[in-house]
Amino acid sequence: MTTFLELLVNGISVGAVYALIALGFVVIFKATEVVNFTHASLLLAGGFLVAKLHPALGFWLALAAGVAGAALVGALIEFLIIRRARVGSHGVLAIVTIGVDILLTTELTREIGTDVLALGDPWRDQVLHLGPITIAETRIVALGVAAALITAFLLAFKFTGWGVAMRATAEDAETAALMGVRLGRVSLSAWAVAGALAAIAALFLCVFPTPGLDRSTTAAAMKAFPAAILGGLDSTTGALAGGLIVGVTEALMSGYQSQLAFLGRGIGDAAPFLVMIAILLFRPAGIFGTKELARV
Amino acid sequence: MSRRSRWITLGAVWGVVVVAAVVAPFYLEGFWLQTGLFAMSAAVGAIGINLLTGATGQLSLGHAFFLAVGAYAYVYLSTDVGLPTPLAAVVAVILAGVAGGLFSPIAGRLKGAYLGIATLALIFGGQHVLFNAEPLTGGYNGRAVPPMELFGFVFADSPGLVLLNVPFGALERLWFLGLLVLAAAAAFARGVLRGRPGLAMNTIRDHEIAAGVMGVPVARYRAGVFVLSSMYGGLAGVLVALVFQRAVPDYFGFLLSLDYLAMIVIGGLGSVAGAVIGAVFVSLLPQLLTRYSDALPLVAEPGSGGVSPAEAARILYGAAVVTVVLFLPGGLHGLATRLRRVIPRIKELRWPNSAPAPASRR
Repeated sequence: MTTFLELLVNGISVGAVYALIALGFVVIFKATEVVNFTHASLLLAGGFLVAKLHPALGFWLALAAGVAGAALVGALIEFLIIRRARVGSHGVLAIVTIGVDILLTTELTREIGTDVLALGDPWRDQVLHLGPITIAETRIVALGVAAALITAFLLAFKFTGWGVAMRATAEDAETAALMGVRLGRVSLSAWAVAGALAAIAALFLCVFPTPGLDRSTTAAAMKAFPAAILGGLDSTTGALAGGLIVGVTEALMSGYQSQLAFLGRGIGDAAPFLVMIAILLFRPAGIFGTKELARV
Repeated sequence: MSRRSRWITLGAVWGVVVVAAVVAPFYLEGFWLQTGLFAMSAAVGAIGINLLTGATGQLSLGHAFFLAVGAYAYVYLSTDVGLPTPLAAVVAVILAGVAGGLFSPIAGRLKGAYLGIATLALIFGGQHVLFNAEPLTGGYNGRAVPPMELFGFVFADSPGLVLLNVPFGALERLWFLGLLVLAAAAAFARGVLRGRPGLAMNTIRDHEIAAGVMGVPVARYRAGVFVLSSMYGGLAGVLVALVFQRAVPDYFGFLLSLDYLAMIVIGGLGSVAGAVIGAVFVSLLPQLLTRYSDALPLVAEPGSGGVSPAEAARILYGAAVVTVVLFLPGGLHGLATRLRRVIPRIKELRWPNSAPAPASRR
């Protein structure tokens, strides 16, 4: 039972981090209808900046720089590439983002090399004892920060002018433009927000119990893709649910690996994707996704 | 250009290509032959994924999995089951198709980039299976691939064979097999694209609803094209395994899938020629950079800390993907077609007298 509770809390915490990444992914999709495959490399860029800057600037400043840097990279991708691509279909834009991802990931993994970079966070490997269960402090902080950010984001989405513009664009870009919403700004801000969220997620993917930022961090970041799609690509609620489902499944599958030996070693890494397939079989648009209907 | 002279040029170009392809193994050294063979197998796979992504608009990031199915099914069927190798190759391709068919409930219902994300499951699930099913795949170290044997002719270095004073080893022999397979694969795909299925696929890509209204069974077509392209993937996998002579799970990862997408975008989406051009470009680039790394600026030798040739190639074609989409819609193949249209017009501009005046001005 204790193990189960520990795994559950860990899973929820990791899930909240996945939800952060998936949220950025969904925001970009809603604002620009682009399926953004650069997300993993945005995350890597944010984490890399924090890792490189923290000895000089201290952790908090480095974190701020990492968040700003990742937001800038996201905004630049939108401004320099996505905005200029005059293509017929959004599918081709998705391929462009794959091209950008190849570029960024190759360069960043080359810079990282075979190192494992520490992020210099203040929590280190301290653990918290809550009754019988033991949890790493980083996990609690991750859960708290992710929850706070997600709440703030959803409130902003609902109540600020920016949020209204964003939702209007998602509903009908043309009408929104006629009403005076500046589409360029909306999509630029969407990319920047997604970058910033990814950078914060990078921090929590790389702290204890993970050894640090290394080339395999992109693989961890990829688990946010199933999170986004199983919740429904056009739904912020879906991103949250998807993140939690993926996080909890992964934690439980890795935790009970010895009992699930027939599934093979490292099932935890494949589990999010298998869950995604299982859900897509029954709900092709995701759990909270709107089914596309057309009147002919 | 008149119709007849165009046919003559086209015939001449194809003649040169065929002669060059046949003569190549007599002159090229092993390194280039191997690179060429990789390009051929990549071309087969790229044709398949271009049917899916280019012609039908369905993204797949999971094609490396089907290559793995093809390669390992071939190894398993020929070594463990003991089927004759040509039969093993055919069954391996069919099995890759079956694997694609099992995915069809998803491949038929999801569209475009959604499917791209869903196919990530094939890669990660596939890697999991490949590393864990050790008796089948040999785990981390992979398995040796038995050479193909057609009607008593073995595609391997022994027994030795010398043709026109050139020793014909495994690579030289495989070269011709590769050419034949590629030609057949290209011809079939061309047939599909030019016929009714091709029209239906393009309509699905351009306007799903219009396609449905005109009587195209959209989901069935999507699933069908997915199966077809996974069979192409399986065939490419068998070829790669034969050239490599070893199948290693690590090779069939996410990066391989990205390579295939880069190929079709750079070459040109939706056409057979585009897939082949892109496959040659993406396969040759790292090899060229490796070969001439000491002569090139910015590219360092592998392991010396600078940009290694493989990384340089990856960066270059990542950039190429972006550039092509931004500035060259239609890819390299589209560029060639456009040049063919523009050059006669430039000639007309330069020598206005030689060109016949338009009828309206007479």
